[in-house]
Amino acid sequence: MNVSLTVNGAAHTVDVDEDTPLLWVLRERCGLTGTKFGCGVGACGACTVHVDGEPARSCSIPVVAVQGRSITTIEGLGAERLHRVQRAWIEYQVPQCGYCQSGMIMAAVALLQRIPQPTDADIDAAITNLCRCGTYERVRRAIHAAAAADLTRADHG
Amino acid sequence: MGKWTRRAVLAAGGLLGGGLVLGVGGLAIAPNRLGVRRKEEELPQLTTWLKIAPDNSVIVVVPHCDMGQGVPTALAMMAAEELDADWSLVRVEEAPADPIYANGYLVPVFVPQLADPPALFARGLDYTSFKLSQLMGLQVTGGSSSVRGTGQFGMRMAGAAARSMLLQAAAQLWQVDVRDCTAKLSRVVHEASGRSATFGELADAAARLDPPHRPPLKARTEYSIVGRPVPRLDIPAKVNGSAKYAIDVSLPDMLYATIEAVPIFGAKIGSVDSQAAESLPGVRRIVRLENAVAVVADSYWRALKALRALQITYTTNETALADSASLFERIASTINEDAGKAIDKAGDAARTLERASRVIEAEYRVPFVAHATLEPMCATAKVDGESCEVWTGVQDPLAARKVAADALGIDPKNVVVHNHLLGGGFGRRLPGCHDFVEQAVKIAKELSPTPVKLIWSREEDLRHDFYRPAVLARFRAALDDSGRPIVWSSKFNGLLAGDRSAPRCPYDIEHRDIRAYDVAHAVRVGAWRSVAHSEHGFFTESFIDELAYAAQEDPLQFRLKLLKNPRHRRVLERAAELAGWGQPLEPGLGRGVAVVESFGSVVAEIAEVSVRDRAIKVERVLAVVDCGEVIHPDTAAAQIEGGIVFGLSAALFDAITIRGGAVEQANFFDYRLPKLADAPRTVVEFLKSDAPMGGLGEPGVPPIAPAVANAVFAATGIRLRELPLRLPG
Ligand code: FES
Ligand code: FES
Repeated sequence: MNVSLTVNGAAHTVDVDEDTPLLWVLRERCGLTGTKFGCGVGACGACTVHVDGEPARSCSIPVVAVQGRSITTIEGLGAERLHRVQRAWIEYQVPQCGYCQSGMIMAAVALLQRIPQPTDADIDAAITNLCRCGTYERVRRAIHAAAAADLTRADHG
Repeated sequence: MGKWTRRAVLAAGGLLGGGLVLGVGGLAIAPNRLGVRRKEEELPQLTTWLKIAPDNSVIVVVPHCDMGQGVPTALAMMAAEELDADWSLVRVEEAPADPIYANGYLVPVFVPQLADPPALFARGLDYTSFKLSQLMGLQVTGGSSSVRGTGQFGMRMAGAAARSMLLQAAAQLWQVDVRDCTAKLSRVVHEASGRSATFGELADAAARLDPPHRPPLKARTEYSIVGRPVPRLDIPAKVNGSAKYAIDVSLPDMLYATIEAVPIFGAKIGSVDSQAAESLPGVRRIVRLENAVAVVADSYWRALKALRALQITYTTNETALADSASLFERIASTINEDAGKAIDKAGDAARTLERASRVIEAEYRVPFVAHATLEPMCATAKVDGESCEVWTGVQDPLAARKVAADALGIDPKNVVVHNHLLGGGFGRRLPGCHDFVEQAVKIAKELSPTPVKLIWSREEDLRHDFYRPAVLARFRAALDDSGRPIVWSSKFNGLLAGDRSAPRCPYDIEHRDIRAYDVAHAVRVGAWRSVAHSEHGFFTESFIDELAYAAQEDPLQFRLKLLKNPRHRRVLERAAELAGWGQPLEPGLGRGVAVVESFGSVVAEIAEVSVRDRAIKVERVLAVVDCGEVIHPDTAAAQIEGGIVFGLSAALFDAITIRGGAVEQANFFDYRLPKLADAPRTVVEFLKSDAPMGGLGEPGVPPIAPAVANAVFAATGIRLRELPLRLPG
């Protein structure tokens, strides 16, 4: 069936099975491979994107469920200017292999939108993405740094 | 020790459009130690390419894959340092872009000196040289060898040679004495005349000179780049989604495949009913391989749905049907009955044990564990007649090329491997573990010449890994009247061939008897980050802790008393200082220490652990590292931080268990990796050290499990001897 969605501000109409997870539509049909596949069952967060600004694990959302909704992927996050979370990620040299980091960043951006000044406990509760390389300490530090950064700038995801 | 033969070249040439290209290549072989030469070694080999372009940019071509350890940056730093380059002008070029790399004319380690093996090899029995002995001639990233091998001997040499040539070129141009010329920040300067030129301006002339035979290397005190935390070159692409992994490959007309291999180890496929699957939309082919069935479709999702619609039966035999419990029983009886293989023997352990007044015994166990790289196994292949291209991410593209060639029965020369960033390696993508490459080319052959991308599901990844072995170890020790250990004996299974350093006892104990046993089983095993050190670190450092308590001594002081190696002592002493060892902790908290040497580095870790309602939480870890020289302090710290979390996965959470001959776990729901909330606060410190350069990717892993187990004992009085650590309820 034909499904229409808005991805990073651009309209896409794709002909796919309606149960196809959003993840595979983004990767195979929209050519946006920054969103990663890690488990396919909603357990790792590598596929995290924003759907109407809310974080979502795209491997576990059938594409029909986001028909007409607005999707933001890592490619759309800092398209014009790196988001402050991305800048903090660079400053703290967070990534190792980097595979989990798109999802990690999308989750962190969503957290800061909900809780601009998160505590360690807020971060523990919100960031449940898996990083096999073990970058968690730096993720924690970078989120605090991004939270402390200039918040008046209009650079939301 | 035999003489080392050398075939080493510093070859220089011009860059298209002017500029200098410098290759450092060669291969050092001590025939008596490194065994048979492979045929491929007759090919020209390059470990390093350095390019200096007319625009004054410096490009370093890195022959190692990027698994996330920052190796490309560290290697570029070493070349740039010797070159006296301006770091802001240095770039790393991905090796696969160049056909010579894609064809893999590479060696992992360049050994420039003639007479004796460098310290790297002198370590003898460690995993690195074991791997090298097997794989000399291959392009391996593993065994923590990249920086201390390629970097030390290839990158430095290339940088120093280029610098000499640029100085020479300037001296000729200006008609001055080369000794009056200096290089700094990508320029050559002649102070007396006030003349200067950029490297880029001189590169073309330098390219016409012969490379020096043995360019002088800098002393460490002269460094201006190495040892500083420069920003890693790979990070920008990893925060904006543009970094390309094997799974991101996209080719015209590409199809997608996914696969299910026989879940029972040792079993075979019986029948495959594919009727329902074949009628699903988008399905192009069902490919039956020897022990797996794959579905090829026009999207991954359609391939996966069709795979699930297949009805597959298996034929199995008696021996395949095993479970973890019966395996451990078999190990236990083998250890009782056989003589085993001696790993270390000194004095008379058996007699001394018989006569000793105090004998301490303990049995430890670790289960199989999976690598669970976050990027599942994946390879894209295109087969066209007698040639083949493969896009994948492996720790050793040359081995992958051989796997692809063998699978198709073609000459490796006709296989091109395009290696990509790895979404984690940890040993899973080492040679010998390229089953997914073999599958991909066999599937692509059926659809030739259409390219096919094979992606494993996570379930497939967890059920068809090359697991860290399940190991049972029995220890016996005797204490003399003063509480000093006089006997150390251990018996265990599961030592991978050649990996003999891990089980040794680092403590000064007179009578030793350390034996390894082989217990055959059908489960695939392989190198898991830090290899045998990961379990033997746990055994040795738990048992020495038990001895300390038996002797009624402080576990830290007890270790210090028995350690002769000053590196071990220094890291322990510093870690104790950082942790405030001996100062009281809050109730419910415990502190544990462990020190392990692996891959040439010595790491002490002190864990502070809380125990509430039987739940173990690691609150803080202090790690002190002696790895010799530190090239990039921040990346080095990141490797230790990551190693601690990786080690915690096995210490606290994960086990692969076998039931009915198959792996029981399926996905991250039942193979639960540590999350951010489980990650301790970590302090990492590196000691200044003149020791030969050690590895960093792996040495952070081994001490964490015993440090945590020892901390749990300190907090609760309960000694846990099995991983993952679980308090009895
Ligand atoms: S791939 Fe979606 S949560 Fe793991
Ligand atoms: S950086 Fe490798 S999985 Fe997170």
